[in-house]
Amino acid sequence: MKKILINITCIVLAVLFLAFLQKLFMPKYMSSIYEGNLIEEYYDSDKDHDVIFIGDCEVFSNVSPIVLWEKYGITSYIRGSAQQLVWQSYYLFEETLKYEKPDVVVFNVLAMKYNEPQKEAYNRLTLDGMKLSKSKIDAIRASMLEEESLITYLFPILRYHSRWSELTWEDFRYLFNKRKVSHNGYLMRSDTKPVTVVPEGRKLPDYSFGENAWYYLDKMTKLARENGIELMLIKSPSIYPYWYEEWDEQIAQYAKENDLLYVNFLPLADQMNIDYSKDTYDGGLHMNLAGAEKFTAYLGKILKENYNLEDRRGDTKLAAVWQDKVEFYEWMKQDQAMEMEKYGYLKSYGAAAQAIIN
Amino acid sequence: MHFASFEFILFLIILVVLYYLIPRKWQWVLLLAASYVFYSFAGVGNFAYILITTITTWLVAIKMDKMRQHQSDYLARMKKEMSREDRKAYKAEIKARQRKWLIACLVVNFGILAVLKYAGYFQISSSLGLVLPLGISFYTFQSMGYLIDVYRGTYESEKNLAKLALFISFFPQLIQGPISRFNQLKETLFAEHTFDSKNISYGLMRILWGFFKKLVIADRLFYAVSTIISSPNEYQGAYILAGMFFYAIELYADFTGGIDIAIGSAQLLGIRLNENFQLPYFSKSIAEYWRRWHITLGTWFKDYLFYPISVSKTMLNLSKKARKTLGDGVAKRLPIYIASIIVWFTTGVWHGSSWNFIVWGLMNCFVILVSQECVPLYNKFHERFPEAGRTGWYRLFQVVRTFWLMSFIRTLDLYPQVGTTFRLYASVFTVWNLPELFQGGLMQLGLTGADYIVLAAAVGLMLFVSLKSRSESFLEKVSSRPIVVRYATYFAIFVFILIFGAYGIGYDSNQFIYSRF
Repeated sequence: MKKILINITCIVLAVLFLAFLQKLFMPKYMSSIYEGNLIEEYYDSDKDHDVIFIGDCEVFSNVSPIVLWEKYGITSYIRGSAQQLVWQSYYLFEETLKYEKPDVVVFNVLAMKYNEPQKEAYNRLTLDGMKLSKSKIDAIRASMLEEESLITYLFPILRYHSRWSELTWEDFRYLFNKRKVSHNGYLMRSDTKPVTVVPEGRKLPDYSFGENAWYYLDKMTKLARENGIELMLIKSPSIYPYWYEEWDEQIAQYAKENDLLYVNFLPLADQMNIDYSKDTYDGGLHMNLAGAEKFTAYLGKILKENYNLEDRRGDTKLAAVWQDKVEFYEWMKQDQAMEMEKYGYLKSYGAAAQAIIN
Repeated sequence: MHFASFEFILFLIILVVLYYLIPRKWQWVLLLAASYVFYSFAGVGNFAYILITTITTWLVAIKMDKMRQHQSDYLARMKKEMSREDRKAYKAEIKARQRKWLIACLVVNFGILAVLKYAGYFQISSSLGLVLPLGISFYTFQSMGYLIDVYRGTYESEKNLAKLALFISFFPQLIQGPISRFNQLKETLFAEHTFDSKNISYGLMRILWGFFKKLVIADRLFYAVSTIISSPNEYQGAYILAGMFFYAIELYADFTGGIDIAIGSAQLLGIRLNENFQLPYFSKSIAEYWRRWHITLGTWFKDYLFYPISVSKTMLNLSKKARKTLGDGVAKRLPIYIASIIVWFTTGVWHGSSWNFIVWGLMNCFVILVSQECVPLYNKFHERFPEAGRTGWYRLFQVVRTFWLMSFIRTLDLYPQVGTTFRLYASVFTVWNLPELFQGGLMQLGLTGADYIVLAAAVGLMLFVSLKSRSESFLEKVSSRPIVVRYATYFAIFVFILIFGAYGIGYDSNQFIYSRF
């Protein structure tokens, strides 16, 4: 009996210690590559959203759910991360349905250009944050590069053990309690780097989207239909990466065939009042706060007109929840403005994943 | 699937669970299936070669056994009719027939090995689509050892083809040995095994220790060794000494780590494999080193090549002739010298299809033979200074001398061009850059300061365990400690591997060095 008790105690202690180590070694993304937190933050938020955005940086940088709430009373959340691939978006959509059933899902189509997994670092930014579920395992399987293995996603210490020599104070400070960095999945950047040149996209040998990308877009369409959810396709107004006319035609055709609304916002920049010399923080890749607010305001109008979404600002309970979000949003706006004034750049809001990972 | 992979761990867990769940009489059948599954991961095309070896060995061994049986029956029946000379002549005739079958089988199997190994050397591998199958050197030696034993009548042939197939393909020893003897291995390989917690805990610990050596030490040192050998023009002098030192540790940690995983995996299944190392770096001479390093290959060469050559009729005749013309000293040495040169030449050839390995083998031979010739000199020294030879310092000197001598010879492994190796030997004495090595040079070899600290701690632990294992197995020692201390030790090693192991993305996972031989 005593031996059994010792064995059980030892096993429990060992598992606890390993769990602690795993948590310690996982990157915290608290001083750079904030994108690493986006997927994970969803689980701590309320789960009552009219609209769910899925996609890559063109949604988490360009769409502000706070604006949608303040202007239209639409509740929304962005389930997006850096270079999020179509199949990752699909599985995030599938997983989201376990928590809530939105009226509309908006998918940004830029990721259609990728037919294969691209980089392990991007996979990690999306997949590490997902809670363990069948959707996560399927997403991992669909995303893994040849040198990756499933087990390192299930037990990330097997991937991040090599950080032993890079551990910093941040890893201990945010071991159990990470601070929130996004506004319902929106990553705010209020600095500006204007677009200086708009080069033409280089010629491609083949403009057709890949089989794999279509397969998962089809699955997304089917999943939305089965659940009575409206799927909307958008191309965010980011200038880079280049969005080809041929790509646009394929998406427009697909939307038509499947009775989906597709809006390419690139040609609508003037209507949205977007000024690329002021409204982007990295020369056209992503909108800055001003650009995101303009784009979201316009998008909200389209959502309202096409999907009959109710203005829920009158719901006092919901309004209280969103008031906190608005306050956090306003605080960050001021904080960023203060940093811009003080340092001339955003000292504590880091650079985008692309700049660091590439 | 190589040992230091997640796939292997999963494979082993599934196998061990199934092994103790199924009826015990089917355990060996499961092992055969598992071994073939393991082997199939290296490419299904490889099966043809291992099947040829298995079937030819099985057929010829049975044929030789039948001849022996026929001989006994015939002699028993003709006891009265045959004279002593007739019986002797009949026996010789049967032996000659057996020998023909043996030689045919040896030629076929060593021929396959030679063709596949040397196709690369003659640059015809790709045109013929030949790839060296996994573990071919090991399973060929093991099966031919079995065949020679059956020929000699050491034991009877195995009649069950599947059992012989398991002996040849048993997965833990397939990649890099140890090379087993049939009469020893069959005792546990085909036996029925019940679940034994001691076997499980000892086996797991042995595997863990193997992973520690492979992942924490060998795969980390791999970077420094690779960097040094990648630029023979840049890295000379002290860097070569550092490379020799690192490679000595890397190779030891890699090979013994692999053998630990092999022995531990077999032990989980209740099967005992032979030890392949006995603290070789504590040897006081090269000859002793080779008795302690890769023991099963050494004894294979000794039993199946050295002795047969040195006591062969040809050698005895040669020795006789030499006695008449050159005297007793030469006559006594000649068979040993010739057999040694052949054995070491073959050992070199076995290690690789390039000249550096042949020179490596002959250099070992040269040092061993010169050492033997120097024995009278040593004896004189010890007679004159009897105290000096008994001191710990002298023994330490011998150990350090052997270590460095072997490290010099082993450098031939690293550079395919023999000339390059000799040029680099010379640089050790002509290029004086030791200060440069310690003033930042070590940090340019792909390892950080933190890596060197981990290495120092890990190698220190390995040395400590080695020293503690001289009198009694370290595992036995740990097992006799209170349960909490025991678990804490196991867990500490596990965590050390988990964190400091050079595995996964960011590290190039390396195959075991000996798996390429």
